[in-house]
Amino acid sequence: MALEVIRGNAITKGAVNYASLHRSRIYAIAGLALLLLCVITITIAIGSSDIPLTTLFNAILSKIPFLDIEQTWTSTIETIIFQIRLPRLILAGLVGAALAVAGTSYQGLFRNPLADPYLIGVAQGAALGAVTGFLLPVAWHIASIPLLSFLGALVAVGIVYLIAKVGKTLPMTTLILAGVALGAFLSAITYYLMIASGDKLHGIIAWLLGTFALTSWWQVAVVTPYIIVGIVIIWLHARPLNVMQLDEDQAQQLGINVERVKLILLIAATLITAAAVSFCGIIGFVGIIVPHAVRLIWGPDHRFLLPLATLSGAIFLILADAAARTVLAPTEIPIGVITAFVGAPFFLYLLRQKKRAIF
Amino acid sequence: MLTLRLQHVSLGYTKKTVIHDITFEALPGEMLGIIGPNGSGKSTIIKGISHVITPSSGHIFLDGLNVAAMSRENLAKLVAVVPQNPVLPELFTAFELVLLGRTPHLGLFRYETESDYAIVRHAMQLTNTIDLAERRIGELSGGERQRLTIARALAQQPEVILLDEPTAHLDINYQVETLDLAQNLCRQQGLISVTTLHDLNLAAQYCDRLILLHNGRIHSEGTPENVINVQAIKEVYGADVTIYPHPMNNLPTTYIAPQRSTVTQSK
Repeated sequence: MALEVIRGNAITKGAVNYASLHRSRIYAIAGLALLLLCVITITIAIGSSDIPLTTLFNAILSKIPFLDIEQTWTSTIETIIFQIRLPRLILAGLVGAALAVAGTSYQGLFRNPLADPYLIGVAQGAALGAVTGFLLPVAWHIASIPLLSFLGALVAVGIVYLIAKVGKTLPMTTLILAGVALGAFLSAITYYLMIASGDKLHGIIAWLLGTFALTSWWQVAVVTPYIIVGIVIIWLHARPLNVMQLDEDQAQQLGINVERVKLILLIAATLITAAAVSFCGIIGFVGIIVPHAVRLIWGPDHRFLLPLATLSGAIFLILADAAARTVLAPTEIPIGVITAFVGAPFFLYLLRQKKRAIF
Repeated sequence: MLTLRLQHVSLGYTKKTVIHDITFEALPGEMLGIIGPNGSGKSTIIKGISHVITPSSGHIFLDGLNVAAMSRENLAKLVAVVPQNPVLPELFTAFELVLLGRTPHLGLFRYETESDYAIVRHAMQLTNTIDLAERRIGELSGGERQRLTIARALAQQPEVILLDEPTAHLDINYQVETLDLAQNLCRQQGLISVTTLHDLNLAAQYCDRLILLHNGRIHSEGTPENVINVQAIKEVYGADVTIYPHPMNNLPTTYIAPQRSTVTQSK
């Protein structure tokens, strides 16, 4: 009944062609998806033994049922492709996607450009759990390190949440401060355990910097459900995240159930981050830089920002991992070193290019 | 007829009650103004009606429905707020900001359509912001941002519009323009409008009815002529003022006198 004046009237002056703007962002999503496929293909092919692309395509096609392709390649190459490189780069892609999406949603949720997936205690909890895992008998490591790291991350964030909660509301500043304080406490324990760990120290530091060496399919199978479900849940909350770039009062007045959205996003982002770091360690930088880079290039609308960050994070980490295992082969460089060493200059370049507010 | 009714409502924050047991009604097409000194609870009433805070006692009814029991989404389809000092995302364009007003109508999954864009454009025309459509919020002045939040409220297509100090950041030209707009919408569309105002003269000129708050209670209520008088202003604000009828429409106009001029006069 009200505001008939506002309904319908077509106005041409100042008309913004949003349809075309949205179309260009959808093309960007499609383009990045295509790029992801190319990157996967190329990074399977390169490494300590390079595989010709024709062999690679035939080997992949041969896995499709009812397609009869004669095996002209050795079983070694078969193993390298399907048992070593493919699981490794799929895990790298999933972890990159997870960290980028978690970072985007934390930055949006906290309205803070410094937010990253490790802001509220995930990393410190995971590190303490993993280091504890390292101190257990070596035979248990394969299960104890990821499991304890995953649980450590969840317990840390759970404690932070309970400390910060006031009645039915969750003040975000308190949440950040509680996360930083608990993180410092957990790190103190971790550092002590590291000093006391003796000959295990090297392995611990390598884990803390992140690595995808020795990835096999079972690890991919374990983390995939968490990461896929978490990312989808976060994607579905793109519109509320947009509205929450206003303050919480305004978001409520626009119909958003702010406390519920905060809780859902915190749980989803924490789960995917915890799952991501559990096998490959605390890979830094992806979760803070990829969201900013995507925002700089394609703008702040989370409906596009989230899928674009997912794809960019996957591409970035797959490339970083390829560099980690090839640049100084046969020595592997810790992936956290690559992400910061290559990612930081690229980001600084983007900052220089766009001389305006970035958040 | 849609009415907004507050019944013995008390409102406040965890430890402090700000509004004590107030009762009033707002009707469509009527400009209802809330005046009172800083801290008297004007903004708290706005937050209560938009259910950012829940009454500690009493009820707020909109069309017979209890506001606290409605879903946020349904409430936002009926009630739009123009807040006093809103945080606005600097990177959003003006158009994207106003488009957020469509949120309650779209829900979680629906994508906005051409009709949503048309509503947004019209809201921006009414508030004289259409030329800013592609500018980023970070580049805009306080007055421009204020008009954009009004446009966003209009894009909600509400039945009730709550304006919290809508003229606070505006120069005299946009003060008049903004309140003219609010008054027109209220009259022509039959909107319920509740406006908090610092400026007693703007309140007298634009509001059909005024509620004067004093320490979270209603001091007096009625037409500007009945509410704005020397004694009431002294009681509530503790200020000595002079009040004359406006030369054009006889509405009460408050004049202040700085201390030095009263000293000069008495000599």
